[in-house]
Amino acid sequence: MIKEIVLMNGYGIYVLSAFSFTLISFAVLYLTIKFQLVREQIKFNRKFANLTSEKIESAKKQKLYREIIINTSTSKI
Amino acid sequence: MLNYFDPNKIFAFTSRAPKYVFFIFVITLTVGLLEALVLSPEDYIQSDSVRIMYVHVPSAWISLGIFTLIAILSFGSLFFKNKNFPIISKSLAPSGLVFNIIALVTGSIWGKPTWGTWWAWDARITSMLILAFFYLIYILAWRVFEKEEIKIKVSSIIAILGLVNIPIIKYSVDWWSTLHQPSSVNLLSKTSIDQSMLVPLAIMTAAFALFSFLIFLMKYNTELIKLKNKGLDRL
Repeated sequence: MIKEIVLMNGYGIYVLSAFSFTLISFAVLYLTIKFQLVREQIKFNRKFANLTSEKIESAKKQKLYREIIINTSTSKI
Repeated sequence: MLNYFDPNKIFAFTSRAPKYVFFIFVITLTVGLLEALVLSPEDYIQSDSVRIMYVHVPSAWISLGIFTLIAILSFGSLFFKNKNFPIISKSLAPSGLVFNIIALVTGSIWGKPTWGTWWAWDARITSMLILAFFYLIYILAWRVFEKEEIKIKVSSIIAILGLVNIPIIKYSVDWWSTLHQPSSVNLLSKTSIDQSMLVPLAIMTAAFALFSFLIFLMKYNTELIKLKNKGLDRL
């Protein structure tokens, strides 16, 4: 059964390489975008931590900043 | 209506959604792979090589769909000056390019056992290659220019110009004599694929669409945080 699935009447090499290429492309794209996202989140946290208390209060009043702070997993604030 | 595209409102959703989308994507992809590689029947002419269709066709559809969406949004950002459309378009481009490359590579792998060649300068394949170049130029436009306004203008013009290529890709198999087979799945007329192959194709298309949505959400969040990082310097 497994041998049949792998060989696929002699077309296994083509079918499995097409599927492998697709899944590897997915993994590479996902990891690249995830890396970019985490890098920006870390940069944001570092900058935010260095703000004065007045600036932190002013940033927290803006909805988008609040959302970023809430949803940044690496946030310590 | 355009207020619905306000980043403040969208971020509340886009920041929470990826984990749920990822979960649904993994389940859909697992079912799709099982259907495509094991449960679906072989073709009476192409035998098991037909299984390549389950990754090739959804990739081609999604890359075409994403570019069309990018072009429509670019039109909106050029003429209605919506500030969020360029961010959405920019976030859609990476998955569009990757799906375009997957369609070209898997098509080439499929070509070897069915046509006896990895590549042919056939109208459908060449127009898909041109689409990949449009994606590349579009992404490069965001990187090359310094000023935000120029980036938006140039990338939007590229996307609108590239839109001309979409109907060429779609109808290339009807307009010219090509190696590539005509469409088997039609929304308006009768589909020539059997139900036993149509179901796995639909599941794989859903899985690929979910993946492109996941990548879009993550990239969109990255772009918004990047913008806000710049904003922190101005506080």
